[in-house]
Parts: sequence; structure tokens; C-alpha cells
Amino acid sequence: MTAPTLQPVIVGAGPAGIRAAQTLAAHGVRPTVIDEAARGGGQIYRRPPAHFARSPQTLYGTEASRATALHSTLDGLAAHIDYQPDSLVWNAQGGQLDVLHSPTQTTRAVPYGQLIVASGATDRVLPVPGWTLPGVYTLGGAQVALKFQGCTIGRNVVLMGTGPLLYLVAYQYAKAGATVAAVLDTARFADQLAALPGMLTQPAVLAKGMYYVGWLRAHGVAVHTGVRPVRVEGETRVNAVVWTDGAAEHTVPCDAVGFGYALRSETQLADLLGCRFAWAPMHRAHLPERDGAGRTSVAGVYLAGDGAGIMGADAAEWAGERAALALLADHGVKVDTARAAELERKPTKLMTFRQGLEHAFPFPTNWADHAPDALVVCRCENITAGELRACARDAGADEMNRLKALTRVGMGRCQGRMCGVAAAEILAQATGKPIDQVGRLRGQAPIKPIPIHLQAQAEASA
Amino acid sequence: MGTTSMTVNTALLHRVAEKDRAPVPFVLDGEPATALEGDTVLTAILTHRAQLRRNEFSHEPRAGFCLMGACQDCWVMTATGERLRSCATFIQTGMQLTTGGAA
Repeated sequence: MTAPTLQPVIVGAGPAGIRAAQTLAAHGVRPTVIDEAARGGGQIYRRPPAHFARSPQTLYGTEASRATALHSTLDGLAAHIDYQPDSLVWNAQGGQLDVLHSPTQTTRAVPYGQLIVASGATDRVLPVPGWTLPGVYTLGGAQVALKFQGCTIGRNVVLMGTGPLLYLVAYQYAKAGATVAAVLDTARFADQLAALPGMLTQPAVLAKGMYYVGWLRAHGVAVHTGVRPVRVEGETRVNAVVWTDGAAEHTVPCDAVGFGYALRSETQLADLLGCRFAWAPMHRAHLPERDGAGRTSVAGVYLAGDGAGIMGADAAEWAGERAALALLADHGVKVDTARAAELERKPTKLMTFRQGLEHAFPFPTNWADHAPDALVVCRCENITAGELRACARDAGADEMNRLKALTRVGMGRCQGRMCGVAAAEILAQATGKPIDQVGRLRGQAPIKPIPIHLQAQAEASA
Repeated sequence: MGTTSMTVNTALLHRVAEKDRAPVPFVLDGEPATALEGDTVLTAILTHRAQLRRNEFSHEPRAGFCLMGACQDCWVMTATGERLRSCATFIQTGMQLTTGGAA
């Protein structure tokens, strides 16, 4: 049976988006796949420009076969999907996406009947004094420099924060020939020990993580746990990191810093589409609601992958396939229900491990207590923690959008992607409210900056 | 200030792989410079310099942050006033880029 009414669009060509596209194509449905990158693969399996020479083994390590499988799946789908790379979805409403083609700086309307949003994630950032200095990047950014450009962010690098990416990036940098001056983990070693039982449910993944830590220690890299970053020092660029173990401050000279605290979901499109959000304690974030298959509160809109809660690349592949099956079934296409059920069971089994990760690399919930008033929280417009606290105190702002309206935090070019988590933590601390009670920044079009004449042009033709 | 401009004119990023690519000549702050084919504008600049521009509010140097198109802190100006998001734009022969100069 063919389904002539289907007009599915997939946003994002990472693990979730590619598997969703493959699944739709396998059922004779031709999706449009829109991706911001020039080449598909997502951030985790990001592909270097075409003529780069490193092998998948060098680029992706233990994940090489997964990366290669995903890339060749996308390449093999060329005749069966309408693939639109280099394309940023900057607005979504009423059955239509507004899409900017970056190389030509032109915008176009893409109608959709059904939508699978697989928008992925970025690093979750908690600022530290000095984080705007040249030479300070996110952990993900440090990895992109290496994977996508064959460059390190420095010769003598400190990597800090917490999360699985911390040790992976440290390992990749050391292997690439950089000196890793120190790995500074805010999690305590005791946290990691306590998390072991849950993480043993995924022994292969746990073994990889332990391998990186062991390798780093065996190669003489200083790994400190239970630290608190105090500041990044330097005048026009980084020259040291100062951290504390609670008793004394320590200084590590370096020429670059990569830091981050696991990942945060990109939820702006789900927001513009009117999806209902709920507080997700494990993710410490407001996230769009979805059922086990990826259905949102909005008919015809599905979510898959890290954009709807950080579950990792394997889970994203399952979720992409599952969402596509849901989309098909919801529109009368016969699907393999046993496979669908299996795809819903898989992430459930992963959940114990996923919760273990939160214990091993806990979010530093006392971060705001140590954030000085002079700390720049918003790097777009240079808004400090002190300004946010004063706004809460003097103007009574007790909700994120009020705080945004009064201070402009979250209103700069990044739209809160880099500062939103931290601003919420500061607001909760300043008001004495629990973190889930300070609200969330509303998404707003354009969700990333576009040339203003293009927006006017799109609005005129809407 | 001599020391400042010296630091600014030192590379921030270091090439450790993929060095055998075709050279791409471009212009950086009015001077001839060379990048490699497949470099982003960010890589092209930061393998010569330690900043991409100055922040509009603090006027302090910035050199990008997320490298994946989210933070919007890697915008650079071309000599003709065009704005480029440098982590997501590839270098092209003859591009004329500016970085906002030393303090």
C-alpha cells in the first residue's frame, strides 16, 4: 500500500535522522532530509571535508564501524530521499519550515505533512571566570577542531568539567600529540565508584570509559577528581587554569582549555511547533514530551535522538527508526510491530546505565553558590551573574523569560544555548526556588541568526 | 602595545593532521596569508592569529567557543563588511578577512 498523503520531513542528519530516513525509504516513502551540516553524520559522527585523508579508525576510534555504517547508509539513500544539506531550519509553524541555504544565503519555504525533529545537542556549559578568553572552547568544540579540521585548540591543554566526553577528548588529544596538562573532573572518584553497579549493565561502554581513564593515567596525565574550577587566567588568551580541591588552590599553566558538563538538548524547533514540555529530573531540563515511539503532543510531529533528552548515539539510532515506524503506522502504513516494540525496549534497558552516568558524572548542583557576581554568564552580551541576581532581587524576576526581558540574558545571538543553563541556576539560587520552578527560555524564530532581509522576504511571502 | 600584538599574532590552533592539502591564498587584516583547502574560516584565521574579532560589548578578543554553529561567537567581518559565521564557512581563495586588531 502506498500512502499518497505522506509528506514527511526530517530535520537533522545525525544518527536519529539517518535511521528515520532509512526506515521511511524502506517503506517506499520519500522523505525530505534537511541538515545544517555540509555532510551528514551529526556531531558525534561528523565527517571532515571530502578530501581529508584520515581513516574512520583514526577519526572515530572504537566507534568507527558505527560511524561508517551510518555514513554509508546516508550515502546509499541518495536516490530515495530528498537530501538538503547546508540548510538551517530557522522557523517552523503551520505545516511549513523556513530554511536558510547557508552557502547562497537564500531562504525557502519547505512544506511538511509530518515532521521528525532530530535536532541533536550541544555541550552543557557552566561558565567559569575567564571562559570568554581566546583558547577556551567547549569539549565538543575541542573535538570538532581535531576531527573536522585536524587541529588541536592548543599545544598544552587543560580539559575540565565532567561527563564521558571529558576523558574521551583528553584521550583523543593526547593521541593526536597534544600535551594534556591536566584533566579536571568536578565529579568525585567516590561518585564514579558508587555508579559502577548501574554502569555494569553496559559493560562494553563502561570498559571503554575505564580504558580512557587508565590510558591517561598510564601515560602520566594528571587526572584530578572532585575539583572545582576557579578561573581561567590570561590577558588576550589563555595562560593558566586555577582550580581548587576545597582546601587549596592549584594553578596549571596551559595555552588552551576545553570544558563542559555533558550535553543539553536542542529543543527550539519543538518549542516553535507548540510541543508540550515537562521537567525531566534526570536531564535537569525542561524537555518536549514524547511517548515511547517519539510522538509529541502535536499530531504529526515526532522527536528522536538527543534533541529530546540526552540518551546517546545508539539510542538515537533506535529512536529515529522507531519514530519513523510510528509516523508510518499513524498514517495507515503497515509496519513490523515486533520490531517497533523491540526498539522501545532497547532504550528502557539502557536506562539503568544512563542513570549511572548521572551518578558517575553528577551535575554540580552547587555551581551557582560559587559563581562570583563578576562572572560573565552571557558571552553574547556580557551579562554578569551579579546583574542577574540584582534583577531577581530588585525587580522581582523569578522566571526565566522575565529575567530575559529585563536583562537580555538569553536574548543574544546564541539565544541562550550557551548561557541558559547557567542563568537558570543563578536565578534558582537568587530566588531560593527549586531549579524546576524557574521556567525555561521560550524558543523564538529565527532560532539562529539569519540576514534580516531574508526574514522580511520570508514573512512577506508567507 | 607590543606584547599584546605579539600574542594576538600567534596561532591559537595547531595543525596535527591533514597537512597535505592544497594551499588557499587569502587576505588577513590586509596581509597575504595561506590556508588549506577544507579549512573553515575559523581555522584559516586561528592558525595565524589568536582572535577572530572583538566582542561588541566588552571589546575583548574572542576566538569562537562551540565550533558547531550554536554559540554564534565566531562571527568575523570581511573587508567589505559582510559577516561570516566562521566555524561553518569554508575558506575560499581571495577572501578578505579582518579580526579587529590589537587593543
